[in-house]
Amino acid sequence: MIPGPFDYQVAGSVAEAIALLDRYGADAKVLAGGHSLIPLLRFRLASPAVLVDINRLRDLEYIQEADGVLHLGALTREVELETSDLIRRRYPILADTARVIADPVVRNWATVGGNLAHADPANDHPATMLALGAQLVATGPAGQRLMAIENFFTDSSFETTLQPNELLTEIRIPAPSERSGGAYLKLERKVGDYAIAGVAVYLTLDGNDHVTYAGIGLTNVGPTPIKARAAEQLLLGRPLEEAVIAQAARQAAAEAQPVSDLRGPADYKRAMVETLTIRALRLARSRATGGASR
Amino acid sequence: MSIHHIHVTINGKHYEGDVEARTLLVHWLRDSLRLTGTHIGCDTSSCGACTILVDGKAVKSCTMLAVQADGRELLTVEGLEQNGKLHPLQEGFHVEHALQCGYCTPGMMMAALALLKRNPSPSEQEIREGISGNLCRCTGYVNIVKAIQYAAQKLREPQPEQVPAGSGGGGE
Repeated sequence: MIPGPFDYQVAGSVAEAIALLDRYGADAKVLAGGHSLIPLLRFRLASPAVLVDINRLRDLEYIQEADGVLHLGALTREVELETSDLIRRRYPILADTARVIADPVVRNWATVGGNLAHADPANDHPATMLALGAQLVATGPAGQRLMAIENFFTDSSFETTLQPNELLTEIRIPAPSERSGGAYLKLERKVGDYAIAGVAVYLTLDGNDHVTYAGIGLTNVGPTPIKARAAEQLLLGRPLEEAVIAQAARQAAAEAQPVSDLRGPADYKRAMVETLTIRALRLARSRATGGASR
Repeated sequence: MSIHHIHVTINGKHYEGDVEARTLLVHWLRDSLRLTGTHIGCDTSSCGACTILVDGKAVKSCTMLAVQADGRELLTVEGLEQNGKLHPLQEGFHVEHALQCGYCTPGMMMAALALLKRNPSPSEQEIREGISGNLCRCTGYVNIVKAIQYAAQKLREPQPEQVPAGSGGGGE
Protein backbone atom coordinates (compact mmCIF):
# COMPACT_ATOMS: atom_id res chain seq x y z
CA MET A 1 0.00 0.00 0.00
CA ILE A 2 1.91 2.96 -1.34
CA PRO A 3 0.31 6.40 -1.43
CA GLY A 4 -0.29 8.01 -4.79
CA PRO A 5 2.08 10.78 -5.84
CA PHE A 6 1.95 14.16 -4.16
CA ASP A 7 4.19 17.13 -3.56
CA TYR A 8 5.47 17.73 -0.07
CA GLN A 9 6.08 21.13 1.46
CA VAL A 10 7.33 21.68 4.96
CA ALA A 11 6.11 24.81 6.69
CA GLY A 12 8.71 26.68 8.71
CA SER A 13 6.19 29.00 10.34
CA VAL A 14 2.44 29.38 10.74
CA ALA A 15 2.54 32.22 8.19
CA GLU A 16 4.33 29.96 5.73
CA ALA A 17 1.80 27.17 6.29
CA ILE A 18 -1.06 29.56 5.58
CA ALA A 19 0.66 30.96 2.50
CA LEU A 20 1.04 27.40 1.19
CA LEU A 21 -2.59 26.58 1.94
CA ASP A 22 -3.66 29.82 0.30
CA ARG A 23 -1.62 28.96 -2.77
CA TYR A 24 -2.80 25.37 -3.21
CA GLY A 25 -6.33 25.74 -1.85
CA ALA A 26 -8.41 22.58 -1.80
CA ASP A 27 -5.59 20.61 -3.50
CA ALA A 28 -3.60 20.74 -0.28
CA LYS A 29 -3.94 18.75 2.92
CA VAL A 30 -2.32 19.61 6.24
CA LEU A 31 -0.05 16.88 7.59
CA ALA A 32 0.00 16.97 11.39
CA GLY A 33 0.44 13.68 13.29
CA GLY A 34 -0.65 11.89 10.13
CA HIS A 35 -2.21 8.91 11.87
CA SER A 36 -5.49 9.42 10.04
CA LEU A 37 -4.16 11.07 6.88
CA ILE A 38 -1.32 8.69 6.03
CA PRO A 39 -3.52 5.55 6.21
CA LEU A 40 -6.05 7.39 3.99
CA LEU A 41 -3.28 8.15 1.50
CA ARG A 42 -2.12 4.55 1.60
CA PHE A 43 -5.62 3.24 0.92
CA ARG A 44 -5.87 5.93 -1.76
CA LEU A 45 -9.04 7.23 -0.15
CA ALA A 46 -7.42 10.65 -0.21
CA SER A 47 -5.26 11.97 -3.02
CA PRO A 48 -4.25 15.56 -2.30
CA ALA A 49 -1.82 17.13 -4.77
CA VAL A 50 0.19 18.70 -1.96
CA LEU A 51 0.88 17.91 1.68
CA VAL A 52 1.75 20.84 3.92
CA ASP A 53 3.73 19.41 6.83
CA ILE A 54 3.25 21.46 10.01
CA ASN A 55 5.18 19.12 12.32
CA ARG A 56 8.11 21.52 12.62
CA LEU A 57 5.92 24.28 14.07
CA ARG A 58 7.01 23.81 17.66
CA ASP A 59 5.29 27.10 18.58
CA LEU A 60 1.97 25.27 18.06
CA GLU A 61 2.81 22.77 20.81
CA TYR A 62 1.82 24.20 24.19
CA ILE A 63 -0.47 23.71 27.17
CA GLN A 64 -0.96 26.99 29.05
CA GLU A 65 -3.54 28.31 31.44
CA ALA A 66 -3.90 32.10 31.37
CA ASP A 67 -6.67 34.57 32.22
CA GLY A 68 -9.19 31.87 33.02
CA VAL A 69 -8.63 29.98 29.78
CA LEU A 70 -6.69 26.84 28.93
CA HIS A 71 -4.82 27.35 25.67
CA LEU A 72 -3.83 24.22 23.76
CA GLY A 73 -1.61 24.58 20.71
CA ALA A 74 -3.21 22.63 17.90
CA LEU A 75 -0.07 20.57 17.41
CA THR A 76 0.05 19.44 21.05
CA ARG A 77 0.75 15.71 21.00
CA GLU A 78 -1.70 13.43 22.80
CA VAL A 79 1.10 12.14 25.03
CA GLU A 80 1.61 15.67 26.37
CA LEU A 81 -2.06 15.98 27.33
CA GLU A 82 -1.97 12.54 28.87
CA THR A 83 1.05 13.26 31.05
CA SER A 84 0.66 16.97 31.87
CA ASP A 85 0.30 17.67 35.60
CA LEU A 86 -1.84 20.71 34.86
CA ILE A 87 -4.22 18.62 32.73
CA ARG A 88 -4.42 15.79 35.24
CA ARG A 89 -5.08 18.16 38.11
CA ARG A 90 -7.39 20.72 36.52
CA TYR A 91 -8.82 19.06 33.39
CA PRO A 92 -9.05 15.32 34.10
CA ILE A 93 -11.63 14.96 31.30
CA LEU A 94 -8.85 15.80 28.82
CA ALA A 95 -6.53 13.22 30.36
CA ASP A 96 -9.43 10.69 30.22
CA THR A 97 -9.76 11.42 26.52
CA ALA A 98 -6.10 11.47 25.53
CA ARG A 99 -5.31 8.17 27.20
CA VAL A 100 -7.93 6.21 25.26
CA ILE A 101 -6.94 7.54 21.85
CA ALA A 102 -5.31 4.82 19.74
CA ASP A 103 -2.29 3.42 21.64
CA PRO A 104 0.75 4.87 23.44
CA VAL A 105 3.02 4.78 20.39
CA VAL A 106 0.47 6.56 18.21
CA ARG A 107 -0.08 9.15 20.95
CA ASN A 108 3.57 10.21 20.76
CA TRP A 109 2.89 11.69 17.38
CA ALA A 110 -0.89 12.21 17.06
CA THR A 111 -2.13 15.75 17.76
CA VAL A 112 -5.19 17.23 19.43
CA GLY A 113 -5.74 19.63 16.52
CA GLY A 114 -5.60 16.82 13.99
CA ASN A 115 -8.04 14.75 16.02
CA LEU A 116 -10.52 17.65 15.78
CA ALA A 117 -9.83 18.87 12.24
CA HIS A 118 -10.16 15.40 10.75
CA ALA A 119 -13.79 15.60 11.97
CA ASP A 120 -14.14 11.84 12.20
CA PRO A 121 -17.23 11.10 14.29
CA ALA A 122 -15.23 8.20 15.76
CA ASN A 123 -12.49 10.50 17.06
CA ASP A 124 -12.54 11.18 20.78
CA HIS A 125 -11.68 14.85 21.25
CA PRO A 126 -14.74 16.23 19.43
CA ALA A 127 -17.18 14.92 22.06
CA THR A 128 -14.98 16.17 24.90
CA MET A 129 -14.57 19.60 23.34
CA LEU A 130 -18.33 19.80 22.73
CA ALA A 131 -18.94 18.99 26.39
CA LEU A 132 -16.38 21.56 27.52
CA GLY A 133 -17.71 24.29 25.25
CA ALA A 134 -14.30 24.83 23.66
CA GLN A 135 -13.50 27.64 21.27
CA LEU A 136 -11.23 27.13 18.28
CA VAL A 137 -8.81 29.56 16.71
CA ALA A 138 -8.57 29.33 12.92
CA THR A 139 -5.72 31.31 11.40
CA GLY A 140 -5.93 32.40 7.77
CA PRO A 141 -4.43 35.03 5.48
CA ALA A 142 -6.65 37.70 7.07
CA GLY A 143 -5.69 36.78 10.62
CA GLN A 144 -7.37 34.82 13.38
CA ARG A 145 -10.99 33.79 13.65
CA LEU A 146 -12.55 32.43 16.83
CA MET A 147 -15.41 29.96 16.65
CA ALA A 148 -17.37 27.81 19.05
CA ILE A 149 -16.69 24.09 18.67
CA GLU A 150 -20.35 23.48 17.82
CA ASN A 151 -19.88 25.65 14.72
CA PHE A 152 -16.77 23.74 13.68
CA PHE A 153 -18.37 20.49 12.60
CA THR A 154 -20.89 20.40 9.77
CA ASP A 155 -23.72 17.94 9.09
CA SER A 156 -21.34 15.75 7.08
CA SER A 157 -18.72 13.33 8.32
CA PHE A 158 -15.08 14.40 7.91
CA GLU A 159 -16.05 18.01 7.19
CA THR A 160 -15.40 21.23 9.11
CA THR A 161 -16.12 24.89 8.55
CA LEU A 162 -12.40 25.63 8.18
CA GLN A 163 -11.65 27.34 4.90
CA PRO A 164 -9.04 25.66 2.66
CA ASN A 165 -6.59 28.46 3.49
CA GLU A 166 -7.15 28.32 7.25
CA LEU A 167 -5.19 26.36 9.82
CA LEU A 168 -6.59 25.29 13.17
CA THR A 169 -3.98 26.80 15.49
CA GLU A 170 -5.38 26.76 19.02
CA ILE A 171 -8.10 25.26 21.19
CA ARG A 172 -9.39 27.37 24.08
CA ILE A 173 -11.18 25.81 27.01
CA PRO A 174 -12.75 27.78 29.87
CA ALA A 175 -10.83 27.15 33.10
CA PRO A 176 -12.90 25.20 35.61
CA SER A 177 -15.02 27.34 37.88
CA GLU A 178 -15.80 26.23 41.43
CA ARG A 179 -17.65 22.91 41.63
CA SER A 180 -17.00 21.96 38.01
CA GLY A 181 -15.99 18.56 36.75
CA GLY A 182 -16.11 16.33 33.74
CA ALA A 183 -15.36 12.86 32.50
CA TYR A 184 -14.93 10.98 29.24
CA LEU A 185 -15.81 7.31 29.08
CA LYS A 186 -15.18 5.18 26.01
CA LEU A 187 -16.29 1.63 25.41
CA GLU A 188 -13.87 -0.11 23.05
CA ARG A 189 -13.30 -3.72 22.10
CA LYS A 190 -9.55 -3.39 22.45
CA VAL A 191 -6.82 -0.79 22.79
CA GLY A 192 -6.45 1.17 19.60
CA ASP A 193 -9.95 0.57 18.30
CA TYR A 194 -12.51 3.25 17.71
CA ALA A 195 -15.29 3.58 20.27
CA ILE A 196 -18.35 1.34 20.23
CA ALA A 197 -19.70 4.42 21.97
CA GLY A 198 -18.12 7.25 23.93
CA VAL A 199 -19.64 9.89 26.20
CA ALA A 200 -18.12 13.13 27.43
CA VAL A 201 -19.79 15.07 30.23
CA TYR A 202 -18.92 18.40 31.80
CA LEU A 203 -20.86 19.93 34.69
CA THR A 204 -20.91 22.92 36.98
CA LEU A 205 -22.94 22.70 40.17
CA ASP A 206 -24.08 25.43 42.53
CA GLY A 207 -23.89 25.20 46.31
CA ASN A 208 -27.07 23.12 46.43
CA ASP A 209 -25.83 20.66 43.80
CA HIS A 210 -28.09 22.15 41.15
CA VAL A 211 -26.66 22.08 37.64
CA THR A 212 -25.69 25.48 36.25
CA TYR A 213 -23.73 24.20 33.23
CA ALA A 214 -24.09 20.90 31.44
CA GLY A 215 -22.22 19.77 28.34
CA ILE A 216 -22.65 16.31 26.83
CA GLY A 217 -20.84 15.05 23.72
CA LEU A 218 -21.17 11.65 22.06
CA THR A 219 -18.54 9.72 20.09
CA ASN A 220 -19.12 7.37 17.14
CA VAL A 221 -22.88 7.11 17.40
CA GLY A 222 -23.81 9.18 14.38
CA PRO A 223 -22.48 10.68 11.16
CA THR A 224 -20.87 13.55 13.09
CA PRO A 225 -19.82 14.21 16.68
CA ILE A 226 -23.06 14.79 18.58
CA LYS A 227 -23.87 17.44 21.18
CA ALA A 228 -26.76 16.04 23.22
CA ARG A 229 -28.53 19.36 23.59
CA ALA A 230 -31.84 18.10 24.97
CA ALA A 231 -30.05 16.06 27.62
CA GLU A 232 -28.01 19.13 28.57
CA GLN A 233 -31.19 21.23 28.83
CA LEU A 234 -32.83 18.60 30.95
CA LEU A 235 -30.05 18.85 33.53
CA LEU A 236 -29.93 22.65 33.79
CA GLY A 237 -31.31 24.05 37.01
CA ARG A 238 -32.03 20.62 38.46
CA PRO A 239 -30.39 18.82 41.35
CA LEU A 240 -28.02 16.10 40.17
CA GLU A 241 -29.89 13.22 41.77
CA GLU A 242 -29.95 9.65 40.52
CA ALA A 243 -33.43 10.06 39.01
CA VAL A 244 -32.29 13.14 37.09
CA ILE A 245 -29.12 11.37 35.95
CA ALA A 246 -31.17 8.45 34.67
CA GLN A 247 -33.53 10.76 32.82
CA ALA A 248 -30.69 12.72 31.19
CA ALA A 249 -28.96 9.48 30.18
CA ARG A 250 -32.15 8.20 28.51
CA GLN A 251 -32.38 11.50 26.67
CA ALA A 252 -28.73 11.35 25.54
CA ALA A 253 -29.35 7.83 24.21
CA ALA A 254 -32.37 9.14 22.31
CA GLU A 255 -30.18 11.81 20.72
CA ALA A 256 -27.63 9.26 19.52
CA GLN A 257 -27.97 8.15 15.89
CA PRO A 258 -26.03 4.90 15.84
CA VAL A 259 -26.02 2.46 12.96
CA SER A 260 -25.44 -1.26 13.17
CA ASP A 261 -21.96 -2.32 12.12
CA LEU A 262 -19.08 -4.59 13.12
CA ARG A 263 -18.97 -2.91 16.54
CA GLY A 264 -22.54 -3.89 17.34
CA PRO A 265 -26.20 -3.36 16.58
CA ALA A 266 -27.68 0.12 16.84
CA ASP A 267 -29.85 -0.79 19.85
CA TYR A 268 -26.85 -2.02 21.76
CA LYS A 269 -24.89 1.15 21.05
CA ARG A 270 -27.83 3.27 22.15
CA ALA A 271 -28.03 1.29 25.39
CA MET A 272 -24.30 1.80 25.89
CA VAL A 273 -24.71 5.57 25.46
CA GLU A 274 -27.27 5.49 28.25
CA THR A 275 -25.03 3.48 30.56
CA LEU A 276 -21.92 5.52 29.80
CA THR A 277 -23.85 8.77 30.35
CA ILE A 278 -24.98 7.60 33.77
CA ARG A 279 -21.42 6.66 34.73
CA ALA A 280 -19.91 9.83 33.27
CA LEU A 281 -22.41 12.03 35.10
CA ARG A 282 -21.66 10.30 38.39
CA LEU A 283 -17.92 10.64 37.87
CA ALA A 284 -18.26 14.28 36.81
CA ARG A 285 -20.33 14.97 39.94
CA SER A 286 -17.73 13.29 42.09
CA ARG A 287 -14.96 15.34 40.52
CA ALA A 288 -16.97 18.57 40.74
CA THR A 289 -17.58 18.06 44.43
CA GLY A 290 -13.99 17.17 45.23
CA GLY A 291 -14.48 13.43 45.40
CA ALA A 292 -12.21 10.75 44.05
CA SER A 293 -10.85 11.64 40.65
CA ARG A 294 -11.43 8.19 39.23
CA MET B 1 5.64 14.55 -7.35
CA SER B 2 8.47 16.06 -5.36
CA ILE B 3 11.81 14.38 -4.67
CA HIS B 4 13.68 15.39 -1.55
CA HIS B 5 17.25 14.96 -0.44
CA ILE B 6 17.25 14.00 3.22
CA HIS B 7 19.88 13.60 5.91
CA VAL B 8 19.08 11.30 8.81
CA THR B 9 21.11 9.90 11.69
CA ILE B 10 20.26 6.26 12.27
CA ASN B 11 21.83 4.29 15.11
CA GLY B 12 24.48 6.98 15.40
CA LYS B 13 25.41 6.80 11.72
CA HIS B 14 24.72 9.44 9.07
CA TYR B 15 22.62 8.48 6.05
CA GLU B 16 21.44 10.58 3.16
CA GLY B 17 19.48 9.96 0.01
CA ASP B 18 16.81 11.11 -2.39
CA VAL B 19 13.27 10.09 -1.51
CA GLU B 20 9.95 10.58 -3.20
CA ALA B 21 7.56 12.54 -1.02
CA ARG B 22 5.29 9.50 -0.79
CA THR B 23 7.99 7.09 0.39
CA LEU B 24 7.12 5.79 3.82
CA LEU B 25 9.86 5.81 6.40
CA VAL B 26 9.70 2.05 6.94
CA HIS B 27 10.12 1.42 3.21
CA TRP B 28 13.13 3.71 3.04
CA LEU B 29 14.72 1.95 6.01
CA ARG B 30 14.10 -1.52 4.64
CA ASP B 31 14.28 -1.17 0.87
CA SER B 32 16.83 1.60 0.39
CA LEU B 33 19.04 1.28 3.46
CA ARG B 34 18.53 -2.47 3.89
CA LEU B 35 17.86 -2.01 7.59
CA THR B 36 15.40 -4.87 7.54
CA GLY B 37 15.20 -5.40 11.28
CA THR B 38 12.22 -3.05 11.31
CA HIS B 39 9.24 -5.13 10.20
CA ILE B 40 6.06 -4.31 8.32
CA GLY B 41 3.01 -6.00 9.77
CA CYS B 42 -0.38 -4.42 9.28
CA ASP B 43 0.60 -1.36 7.25
CA THR B 44 -2.06 0.69 9.07
CA SER B 45 -0.40 1.74 12.36
CA SER B 46 -2.28 -0.93 14.31
CA CYS B 47 0.30 -3.67 14.97
CA GLY B 48 3.47 -1.81 15.97
CA ALA B 49 5.90 -4.19 14.20
CA CYS B 50 7.51 -1.14 12.54
CA THR B 51 8.06 0.80 15.79
CA ILE B 52 11.32 2.76 15.92
CA LEU B 53 12.47 5.76 17.95
CA VAL B 54 12.46 9.18 16.31
CA ASP B 55 14.20 11.82 18.40
CA GLY B 56 13.84 9.46 21.35
CA LYS B 57 10.12 8.82 20.98
CA ALA B 58 8.54 5.59 19.77
CA VAL B 59 6.85 6.04 16.40
CA LYS B 60 5.23 3.64 13.97
CA SER B 61 7.44 4.08 10.93
CA CYS B 62 4.72 2.88 8.52
CA THR B 63 2.78 6.04 9.34
CA MET B 64 5.52 8.57 8.80
CA LEU B 65 6.99 9.73 5.52
CA ALA B 66 10.70 9.29 5.01
CA VAL B 67 10.97 12.98 4.18
CA GLN B 68 9.58 13.80 7.62
CA ALA B 69 12.63 12.19 9.17
CA ASP B 70 14.95 14.73 7.55
CA GLY B 71 17.37 16.07 10.15
CA ARG B 72 16.09 13.76 12.85
CA GLU B 73 17.78 11.08 14.93
CA LEU B 74 16.45 7.55 14.59
CA LEU B 75 17.07 4.38 16.51
CA THR B 76 16.09 1.04 15.01
CA VAL B 77 16.43 -2.44 16.43
CA GLU B 78 19.84 -2.76 14.74
CA GLY B 79 21.08 -0.03 17.07
CA LEU B 80 20.30 -1.90 20.28
CA GLU B 81 23.33 -4.17 20.24
CA GLN B 82 26.52 -2.33 21.18
CA ASN B 83 30.02 -3.68 20.44
CA GLY B 84 28.73 -7.20 20.01
CA LYS B 85 26.92 -7.11 23.33
CA LEU B 86 23.17 -7.55 23.42
CA HIS B 87 21.07 -4.78 24.92
CA PRO B 88 19.37 -5.82 28.18
CA LEU B 89 16.06 -5.90 26.30
CA GLN B 90 17.46 -8.32 23.72
CA GLU B 91 18.98 -10.36 26.52
CA GLY B 92 15.65 -10.32 28.35
CA PHE B 93 13.72 -11.51 25.31
CA HIS B 94 16.23 -14.34 24.94
CA VAL B 95 16.38 -15.39 28.57
CA GLU B 96 12.64 -15.15 29.19
CA HIS B 97 11.75 -16.79 25.86
CA ALA B 98 9.65 -13.77 24.87
CA LEU B 99 9.27 -14.67 21.21
CA GLN B 100 8.12 -17.52 19.10
CA CYS B 101 7.91 -16.40 15.47
CA GLY B 102 9.76 -13.17 16.25
CA TYR B 103 7.84 -10.99 13.86
CA CYS B 104 6.65 -8.47 16.47
CA THR B 105 9.91 -8.59 18.43
CA PRO B 106 11.80 -5.60 16.95
CA GLY B 107 8.81 -3.28 17.39
CA MET B 108 8.08 -4.73 20.80
CA MET B 109 11.62 -4.04 21.98
CA MET B 110 11.61 -0.49 20.61
CA ALA B 111 8.28 0.29 22.30
CA ALA B 112 9.66 -1.23 25.50
CA LEU B 113 12.82 0.85 25.21
CA ALA B 114 10.75 4.03 24.94
CA LEU B 115 8.69 2.94 27.94
CA LEU B 116 11.77 2.25 30.07
CA LYS B 117 13.32 5.59 29.18
CA ARG B 118 10.20 7.32 30.47
CA ASN B 119 9.54 4.98 33.36
CA PRO B 120 12.56 2.92 34.50
CA SER B 121 10.53 0.96 37.07
CA PRO B 122 7.19 0.19 35.45
CA SER B 123 4.60 -2.01 37.13
CA GLU B 124 3.27 -5.00 35.22
CA GLN B 125 0.18 -2.95 34.37
CA GLU B 126 2.31 -0.08 33.08
CA ILE B 127 4.32 -2.47 30.92
CA ARG B 128 1.13 -3.94 29.48
CA GLU B 129 -0.16 -0.44 28.73
CA GLY B 130 3.20 0.59 27.30
CA ILE B 131 3.18 -2.23 24.74
CA SER B 132 -0.55 -2.07 24.06
CA GLY B 133 0.13 -0.63 20.61
CA ASN B 134 2.21 -3.68 19.69
CA LEU B 135 0.53 -6.92 18.78
CA CYS B 136 1.95 -10.39 19.34
CA ARG B 137 -0.02 -13.35 18.04
CA CYS B 138 2.18 -16.10 19.48
CA THR B 139 3.11 -15.61 23.08
CA GLY B 140 0.12 -14.27 24.96
CA TYR B 141 2.45 -11.47 26.16
CA VAL B 142 3.33 -13.13 29.49
CA ASN B 143 6.97 -13.72 28.63
CA ILE B 144 7.24 -10.38 26.85
CA VAL B 145 6.24 -8.69 30.10
CA LYS B 146 8.82 -10.79 31.95
CA ALA B 147 11.50 -9.85 29.42
CA ILE B 148 10.79 -6.17 29.88
CA GLN B 149 10.87 -6.60 33.66
CA TYR B 150 14.23 -8.35 33.25
CA ALA B 151 15.56 -5.46 31.16
CA ALA B 152 14.17 -2.85 33.53
CA GLN B 153 16.01 -4.42 36.43
CA LYS B 154 19.21 -4.78 34.47
CA LEU B 155 19.05 -1.19 33.21
CA ARG B 156 18.54 0.13 36.73
CA GLU B 157 21.93 -1.28 37.68
CA PRO B 158 24.53 1.32 36.67
CA GLN B 159 25.88 0.26 33.25
CA PRO B 160 26.58 3.41 31.26
CA GLU B 161 28.04 1.54 28.29
CA GLN B 162 24.64 -0.08 27.71
CA VAL B 163 22.99 3.17 26.61
CA PRO B 164 22.70 2.85 22.85
CA ALA B 165 23.73 5.71 20.62
CA GLY B 166 20.85 7.76 19.35
CA SER B 167 18.45 6.81 22.12
CA GLY B 168 18.73 10.25 23.70
CA GLY B 169 16.12 12.94 23.26
CA GLY B 170 16.77 16.25 21.61
CA GLY B 171 16.51 16.49 17.89
CA GLU B 172 15.90 19.48 15.71
